[in-house]
Amino acid sequence: MEKVAFKAEVEQVGRTAVLHMHGEINGAADTELSAAYTQAEQSSPTAITLDFKRVDYINSTGIALIVGLLARARAAHCPLTAVGLSDHYREIFTITRLSDFMEIR
Amino acid sequence: MTTFQGLWRNLMGRKEVETAAIETAEVLPELTTQIMQINLDIAPHDPLLAYVQNNSGVMEVERLKLESPALQTLRQAGIQLVVPLVSQSELIGLISLGQRMSDQDYSSDDRKLLADLAAQAAPALRVAQLVRQQQLAFAERQRIEQELKVARLIQQTLLPQTLPDIEGYEVTAYYQPAREVGGDFYDFIYFPDGKIGFIVADVTDKGVPAALVMATTRSILRATAERLVSPGAALARTNDVLCPQIPPKMFVTCFYALLDPATGHVRYANAGHDVPYCHTADGVVELRATGMPLGLLPGMVYDEKEMMLKKDEYVLLYSDGLVEAHNPKREMFGFPRLQALLAGYADGATVRDYLLEQLAAFTGIGWEQEDDVTLVTLQCLETGDRRLETNNLQSPISSLQSSEEWQMLASFEVASAPDNERQAMMQVAEVVKVLPLSAKQVDRLRTAVAEATMNAMEHGNQYDHDKPVQVSVAKSETAVRIHITDQGGGKPVKDTAAPDLEAKLAGEQSPRGWGLFLIKNMVDEMNIHQDDVHHTIELIVKFEEIGD
Repeated sequence: MEKVAFKAEVEQVGRTAVLHMHGEINGAADTELSAAYTQAEQSSPTAITLDFKRVDYINSTGIALIVGLLARARAAHCPLTAVGLSDHYREIFTITRLSDFMEIR
Repeated sequence: MTTFQGLWRNLMGRKEVETAAIETAEVLPELTTQIMQINLDIAPHDPLLAYVQNNSGVMEVERLKLESPALQTLRQAGIQLVVPLVSQSELIGLISLGQRMSDQDYSSDDRKLLADLAAQAAPALRVAQLVRQQQLAFAERQRIEQELKVARLIQQTLLPQTLPDIEGYEVTAYYQPAREVGGDFYDFIYFPDGKIGFIVADVTDKGVPAALVMATTRSILRATAERLVSPGAALARTNDVLCPQIPPKMFVTCFYALLDPATGHVRYANAGHDVPYCHTADGVVELRATGMPLGLLPGMVYDEKEMMLKKDEYVLLYSDGLVEAHNPKREMFGFPRLQALLAGYADGATVRDYLLEQLAAFTGIGWEQEDDVTLVTLQCLETGDRRLETNNLQSPISSLQSSEEWQMLASFEVASAPDNERQAMMQVAEVVKVLPLSAKQVDRLRTAVAEATMNAMEHGNQYDHDKPVQVSVAKSETAVRIHITDQGGGKPVKDTAAPDLEAKLAGEQSPRGWGLFLIKNMVDEMNIHQDDVHHTIELIVKFEEIGD
């Protein structure tokens, strides 16, 4: 399997901003992910959705990045939702209690 | 002694004076004014003081016939008139005037004006003085409160957030600080082989200095205990490291016990701390071990003792605050009372609450707590050699190895470079394809291997390209075993407590730190072996039963 660098695109769906993510969420994804999130915040959305459908790998550093996004969302009182997580990563979100703070669909 | 500042002021012409009378020292352009400040110390018995307190109005300095050093000072400074400022029968100041610049004498109109001025100024000055006193007192109270807050914060961040969850045992803890943080702390240390260290300690002094010494001692003790294991050796080493760092006249009493949950075996050592008690079927036993408090003299040796904690027995660790509590009659709670109470109480899970009730009954309502109160109890619920549950870091290393025969399937290396954990992950996944693992187990194992490899590369080998990570895969009849080895041996083992997501979201902790926690939750067993050079994370996943 080839390594896929991380990419993220923001789509506006009504008042919700959707962050479509591709590739691996590890330490190297920091800059791109943070920039994409900032872009998503620009429209002052009422909610932000993180789309993991095309993410094939999240490691512990990636979890730390998501914790960082969650902290930003909470500071802005903006609910975060995660969609497209595989069963394995759903389990990881549960174990780490991220699922206590964001909706997983 | 009262100190006043005298003002020597020019009054020229009545009109200007009138407008200037209510305001202080308002200078009009035509006037030249000379203001001189005199530091006037009036001794309490100086007759001038009594004189101005008992007489009001404008006084001519020349005419006062008093044996008064203060009066001398005024005369020497050229003061001609003084007017006392009195508010509520208290002398609070003096208006002093020197010679008129026009060389004329002060007229009766001038004097009337001065008297009026004094009458107006006195209460205003008094109010200003009172306000200033209040502000100073308030600022001082703020400063003290702030220091208390800081001390409390330092201490709270260092106390354990959770209690040990040990199969077959129950642990309780209670901590109540005195108003001025008194320097108590307690701690739990988790070892990779399942043993657990229990620490209760007390720092002399109060407030921020005590909290800082507590923080330092705790760090040193944790690092030392993880490396040396033996309680006596750990205290000795901690003492040696602490001595040069601790402020003079401060010291730390500390009791440290090491429990092996699998057998109930307890080793302990004591650095001058209150003797813990063990409630046994035969009565209350003291856990005595000699040793000096930490931080007094280097080179101390600490006795190490041992005991077996059997079913239903419990150990109580506590601090001064309990036994030194006083009742309204100034009697002390004391050790005999504590021992007697424990003798009659068999339930370790609730002995804490029982003691607190007794303490409250003893001290009565409105008790001013002098020192921190700390209580930690450890009770054994089941006895004997226990096989601990899976998915638990506290399981003994030998549980599987001794009875299993391992067949090596693969062994390879990955260079320590970012992202190479994926290579390790994929290679292991490839090797275990032939094994009876479910898809879920494989997914989890991949994550565990990736995280363990990342940990090895980053923390063990510091991403040094010359230090590869070694990975081996072996199988037995019932499980698969992965070894991930780096060259980071000889270091204290990292804390594997669950990361606190709330703390991370609040910005109190780094968002990182999930690696070991994830690994632990992805496999049936995670063990750590290390020697002085190498450090190995061992992952074990058991094959699921057919039909599961």
